[in-house]
Amino acid sequence: MKIVVCVKQIPDPASPYELDPNTHFVVRPNDQVLDDTDRYGVEVALQLADEIGDDASVTLLSMSPGGSQQGIRQALAMGADGAILVEDPALRGADALTTARVLAAAAQRAGADLLIAGTESTDGYTGVVPQQVAELMEAPSLTFARKVEYVDGKIRIERQTEAGYDVVAGSLPAVLSVTSGLVEPRYPTFKGIMQAKSKPVEILTAADLGVAPTVNQTIVAVESVPARQAGDVIEDDGEGHLRILEKLEEVKVV
Amino acid sequence: MKSWIFSTESDGAASSAALEAMTKVRSFGGEVAAVHVGEGSESALAMLGAHGAGRVLLVPGGTPAGVIAAAMAAAVESEQPDMIFFGMGNVDRDVAGRLSARLGKPVLANAVDVTVDGDSIHVVNEILGGTTRVVTAFADGAPALVITRPKAFAAEPGGDTSPEVTAVELPDVGHAGDVELLSQHTEASAGPDLEAADIVVSGGRGLGDATKFEMMNELAGLLGGAVGATRAVVDAGWVPYSYQVGQTGKTVKPNVYIACGISGAMQHLVGMKDSTTIIAVNKDPEAPIFGIADLGIVGDVHNVVPALIAALKNRG
Repeated sequence: MKIVVCVKQIPDPASPYELDPNTHFVVRPNDQVLDDTDRYGVEVALQLADEIGDDASVTLLSMSPGGSQQGIRQALAMGADGAILVEDPALRGADALTTARVLAAAAQRAGADLLIAGTESTDGYTGVVPQQVAELMEAPSLTFARKVEYVDGKIRIERQTEAGYDVVAGSLPAVLSVTSGLVEPRYPTFKGIMQAKSKPVEILTAADLGVAPTVNQTIVAVESVPARQAGDVIEDDGEGHLRILEKLEEVKVV
Repeated sequence: MKSWIFSTESDGAASSAALEAMTKVRSFGGEVAAVHVGEGSESALAMLGAHGAGRVLLVPGGTPAGVIAAAMAAAVESEQPDMIFFGMGNVDRDVAGRLSARLGKPVLANAVDVTVDGDSIHVVNEILGGTTRVVTAFADGAPALVITRPKAFAAEPGGDTSPEVTAVELPDVGHAGDVELLSQHTEASAGPDLEAADIVVSGGRGLGDATKFEMMNELAGLLGGAVGATRAVVDAGWVPYSYQVGQTGKTVKPNVYIACGISGAMQHLVGMKDSTTIIAVNKDPEAPIFGIADLGIVGDVHNVVPALIAALKNRG
């Protein structure tokens, strides 16, 4: 089984994001990191591949306007066999639909039986790319999985719902989106980190995939929102709870 | 203006996101129809009608997203709606994504407002934890696909109450529809409804471990409030997903929100920043939650919360 996992390099969430004042795109530093939520998809892929054995491989798939491959190497170090990087300046600021077209074309070119992604990225959080990719691949979408199994040639998941969960199964090729927390992502070992440096990374352009990036949506204005005024911040001196009680009385809930 | 609103049924009710969006689109004038996935119970249909749906296109519950999207795409072709609104629910997002790709039209997510000026439809998002508003236009023609954030609009009835109901024809989409629903499970959460509660007590990682979360239940019980949690706590398996407040969980706007051991990741803030009064207890004075709190206590939740519980009990 050929498992392809979508991973995204994003600006380090620990440092504040900026928008380019001219393009309104998120400023992407040369060194981006692996979106933490993608580690769950990589872990699910590695576990499925271990279970299936020699016939399974795990390939990472990522799209980027350029820059370093630091985030991809982080995911390779977890144990994936190789990566496909669609790297093209024409994809700078690509919206969800263009992103989905690129990912679907690359996954199909790679002969993916199972495409795994997180439910949304930490920087863009549109939350529809896996479903768009599934539609473009004419494949079933098994989404919001909190548990994944491979049973009788099908992928069976526990799908998170508002009320609890559904058990859903779909046949391959399929697109699977996974929630955070469904598995414990492994930490790269020293050996893994060293091996990641020499693992194959195939670099493609949008044109190689036959995708012409289109502008589907345009930003017309960016405004800052008046910040909510912070109130009193006080050090607890053993009577902090009384301040809370006063506040609750003030707003008449006790 | 012709608007379609996507709705899903649970316990005989239409989705709240649908009722909110319908209230909004009534202000644009024109025809409003609901695409409703579920059994189509009388109560759900009445809710849709009361909020302005003149028509309901009914899709059976459990239909695979690929089939719903194909059915909607066919109906879009024949009926040419200008806009289609979805909520943030999982079925909403599955169908919105697939329909977008099928039609080759973008879907703009996380909308907090939508404006119509002549032919141009603009969608407003809040990004960077709600500090920046971005206004986006659709570069291409109709239909404009929009996913709205919960509570972006207030739901108010104001329509005819008996919509015309049409069963949507479900096409065969082959392999793309090969998804089978095997079973459904409910994981009940105790206490009042989180989204409707007047007081919400939420716990984060700072509580230390799952057993300490019991304090949240006790405090909420004393205040008559509901219990919420951060994504980190849900991911760690302390409480079910139905407790999650934030970008990927519920959006709450209670009178009082008490954040215990929550640092205030953007993911969480977008789900609670519009609460009327925010009280935060955290041991890190640099925690972002203090930037939006009306009252911040820099201290150990394991001291402050039990003391608060004892004080509330003393009052009787």
